[in-house]
Amino acid sequence: MTQYRKLKRSINIWQNIDKVTILLFLLMVIMGWFNIYAAVYNEEHSQILDFSQRYGKQFIWIVASIILAVIVVIIDSRFYLFFAYFIYAGLILLLLLVLVLGKEINGARSWFEFGNIGLQPSEFAKAATALALAAYLNSRKQDLTRLRTIIPAMVIIFLPVILIALQPDMGSTIVYLAFFIVLFREGMSPFVFISGLLMLILFFLTLLVNNFYIKIGLVVAAFVFAWFTVRNPRIWLKGLAIVVVTGGLIFLAGHFIFRSGANDRMLLITVILAGMLFAYYIYSKRAMAVLVVYLFLLGSILYVNAVDFAFNHIIKPHQKERVEIMLGLKSDPHGKGYNVNQSIISIGSGGFSGKGYLQGTQTKYKFVPEQSTDFIFCTVGEEWGFLGSVVVIGLYVFLIIRLLIMAERQRSLFSRAYGYGVAAVLFIHFFINIGMAIGLIPVIGIPLPFFSYGGSSLWGFTILLFIFLRLDAGRTEYLI
Amino acid sequence: MKDIYTNRKYIIITAIIIVALVIIVRLFIIQVVKDTYRMSADNNVLRYVTQYPARGLIYDRNMKIMVSNQAAYDLMVVPAQTGNMDTALFCSELGISRDFFNERIRAARNYNRRSPSVFLKQISAETYAKFQEKIFMYPGFYVQPRTLRKYSRTVAAHLLGYISEVDETQIKKDPYYKMGDYIGKLGIEEAYEKELRGTRGVKIFMVDVFSRVKGSYADGAFDTLAVHGSDIISGVDYDLQEYGEMLMRNKTGSIVAIEPATGEILALVSSPSYDPSLLVGRVRSENYSNLQSDTVLKPLFNRAFMASYPPGSTFKPINGLIALQEKVIVPSTLFGCSNGYHAGPISVGCHSHSSPLNLTGAVANSCNSYFCQAYRRILENPEYGSIAEAFDKWKTYLTEFGFGKKLGSEFPNELNGVIPSSAYFDRYYGQGRWKALTVISLAIGQGEIGTTPLQMANMTAAIANRGYYYIPHIVKSIGEEKKIEPRFTEKHVINIDSANFEQIIMGMDEAVNGGAGSTARVAALSDIIVCGKTGTAENPFGKDHSVFIAFAPKDKPKIAIAVYVENAGFGATYAAPVASLMIEKYLRGDVNLSRKWLEERMLNLNLNDSIPKVEAQH
Repeated sequence: MTQYRKLKRSINIWQNIDKVTILLFLLMVIMGWFNIYAAVYNEEHSQILDFSQRYGKQFIWIVASIILAVIVVIIDSRFYLFFAYFIYAGLILLLLLVLVLGKEINGARSWFEFGNIGLQPSEFAKAATALALAAYLNSRKQDLTRLRTIIPAMVIIFLPVILIALQPDMGSTIVYLAFFIVLFREGMSPFVFISGLLMLILFFLTLLVNNFYIKIGLVVAAFVFAWFTVRNPRIWLKGLAIVVVTGGLIFLAGHFIFRSGANDRMLLITVILAGMLFAYYIYSKRAMAVLVVYLFLLGSILYVNAVDFAFNHIIKPHQKERVEIMLGLKSDPHGKGYNVNQSIISIGSGGFSGKGYLQGTQTKYKFVPEQSTDFIFCTVGEEWGFLGSVVVIGLYVFLIIRLLIMAERQRSLFSRAYGYGVAAVLFIHFFINIGMAIGLIPVIGIPLPFFSYGGSSLWGFTILLFIFLRLDAGRTEYLI
Repeated sequence: MKDIYTNRKYIIITAIIIVALVIIVRLFIIQVVKDTYRMSADNNVLRYVTQYPARGLIYDRNMKIMVSNQAAYDLMVVPAQTGNMDTALFCSELGISRDFFNERIRAARNYNRRSPSVFLKQISAETYAKFQEKIFMYPGFYVQPRTLRKYSRTVAAHLLGYISEVDETQIKKDPYYKMGDYIGKLGIEEAYEKELRGTRGVKIFMVDVFSRVKGSYADGAFDTLAVHGSDIISGVDYDLQEYGEMLMRNKTGSIVAIEPATGEILALVSSPSYDPSLLVGRVRSENYSNLQSDTVLKPLFNRAFMASYPPGSTFKPINGLIALQEKVIVPSTLFGCSNGYHAGPISVGCHSHSSPLNLTGAVANSCNSYFCQAYRRILENPEYGSIAEAFDKWKTYLTEFGFGKKLGSEFPNELNGVIPSSAYFDRYYGQGRWKALTVISLAIGQGEIGTTPLQMANMTAAIANRGYYYIPHIVKSIGEEKKIEPRFTEKHVINIDSANFEQIIMGMDEAVNGGAGSTARVAALSDIIVCGKTGTAENPFGKDHSVFIAFAPKDKPKIAIAVYVENAGFGATYAAPVASLMIEKYLRGDVNLSRKWLEERMLNLNLNDSIPKVEAQH
């Protein structure tokens, strides 16, 4: 430590800290508080500081979070780098403990209970994971093209994911996808993301369109790609011929011998057999690019089958229903689609300029469940209308982009990667929470940062954000 | 530090902006473009009518309906939607005064201008029919159908409980409830509130400025259906319950009857009681305060599990069982009795009977001396290091029988009862400074001991079962799944051999069906063997309470019963006849002609000299 001390420059943290972000933070927290008041408002308890009500409690959580923020900023910024793994290990331990000692609420063990206060370790694990990942990347200096660097990073990300999935709290696990944005920024191949995106598209297509047509489409796409890779009409046409002839023979065999029409099993056999014949070509012409295209095709077809199987046989009926409702395959405004439907109605009923503060009628009748937590955006949409919603969205985008710009001005990889982690976690929360409230994506119960009711989530996000503000304020403090 | 990936920040920022734009476009579509979700003016034209679910019905064990529903109509008002109307005509039609009208409107306005408030509760069906035709003349008013409870008979009020509007504390406690909802209070209504209440629904109507319904909004796509509550089948025998209340009329006390094989409560009488339909509808609050202000008879007080009495001699079988199990006596052990038990300064009197007696004879004759000597042996058992240790062992047995704690039935306000521990006497007398003789009154169920009639009935059921019981409960099955809580099907086994129970049961048989000296011959039936034990609970405030416990038939018992008649004297005089009539009614369906005189006597007996009248309104 002594050598660092010598390199330490004396600066005033409170002058250096980013005031715009603090202002944004305070603005969001206060707007959130007023919206929670509107969401659970009833005229018998009109005092916003009535501590028996959620808005009164939220005020306590807010005061506590500001105290937490000050503590986080007072701590030396080196602490966060040196103790990143310890903090991470501590949170992993808590995630293990909560599985045993946690209080079961709605079928999930996610909470520790201390008297009246519940603490949800998964809300704090995000900051710990961001720290650990940043510390790890810092030690490896952007070496993310190698598998042996990637694997430990994956372990850091997926260890909490597995523990949270065991609670089970599926919503919170999805948040950890945010860290892939950090990995991308620090050099992980975009190939990973393109494949990820393709898998996502294929996933939805599988559920929406007849699988047979998807696979035909994939084969056609493969030939288009193959053309761009070989650019040799003779080879390309021969390849086409091989597929058509093999496919034709199998189809005839199927038709006359097994007496079955065209189906996707035959298509799969065709692709595999034709692939074997291709192997000779690939070998003789050294067209490795074709091999890549072919393997991609085969992989995609198997993936489509896997999704189809998983959807119909593995995932739980209620999860399946949620996806189906979101895709519009099923309409069920009274049942599982109820939440989303009521949520869209209340947001939609806000119109351009909203019904006015505390005038939301959907709220009064308790139509939207979880309105102060996961569906807090309904209150914004209903009472403040399109204008208010755009302001809230604008605030989030402003905050996230500001954090990214701040991350880019860091002098250490640790601080930058952590900054990206913060921005990415906030972004995923923002996107999923609002996207779910307006029916863009299935219902995944995660809070809207700084807005939703709840001590743990507010404190978790405050710690997450203010560690970064501390790192940023001290970026010139040390010379390394 | 080299950073070759710095340009990737642009991709990330672009992606974030695209996502934000997608969200904004979607919001623009649902909030500005589509007007499906938005009505032309504002929420004035949408009316949310709560669909109150029908509350579940309650049946007795033979599927006789005990509680059903009847329709009622609440007149609602949305102050912001009211307009020009003929107030005088409105008031005359409803039979209300102008002042009342103004006051109600003001109250509704103070509550919330835009959301509906109850203007007039539970208007009659005729008023409703007349009013419905002219409703268009009164903008802002509409009628909300509700359901009220309807009771088939005037009995079982304590058992069934009642429903009332939720108050503020309940709304705070459970966010399900809203102002104006009903909630179960006491009895089955409270214990099974969640099952009985069902789920509220809502219908959304479009309404014009004259409050006329223009049709359902979006073809009912956003309506939710009310799901009616689960029906409940109670283990209670409605006829037996009614009979029990008849027998206890003009007497104070309680009857608890249990089916030993299941723990189902067959009848739970607390007297005096009240007609459950007194607490229905608009007259509820007035009648309730009348009942509550009756501090002499306390009709709202449920004696069956909220009153604690010393068990008296009905406790002797338990002490006999413990003595046998602890091997301090054997069935043939004889103890003498010289009109009581006399040891030094201590003297416990007894009536005259033959002496000495064995265990069976002692139970049959209810000999105080026998049980004092047996109890002394329990406490002075050399197996244990001290009296205190032996005493706590004795207490352990009692705890196994369910004494000194809540049994865990559906009634949350069950009393614990009192069973002292050695620590209590250590505090009172000083450690080591009390002896068996100090606490000898416990031998005959007097002294520092309190049990509820429910606990005594449960003890009787445990004796009838020869050593186990199920927690007494009122409900047999709930809804379509027919499940009840698992704690009610869990067998509670008592650590006393069933052979010992047989010895005690022989004594209880002889007490009813034996020859001279038997204490409860009045309870005997001609072809059913009733086993019973009389008791007299000391009452420092007046005449002693008459107590009787019994079960029948002796083999494969179908009913175990405890009867308390307050201020009535000896157990054999009042409680035993009541118990035997109940048993006969339950097992035979009716009372034998040869015993009609007894039935008559019990029905006509008036032990409550003066009954302050409760003015009832229907």
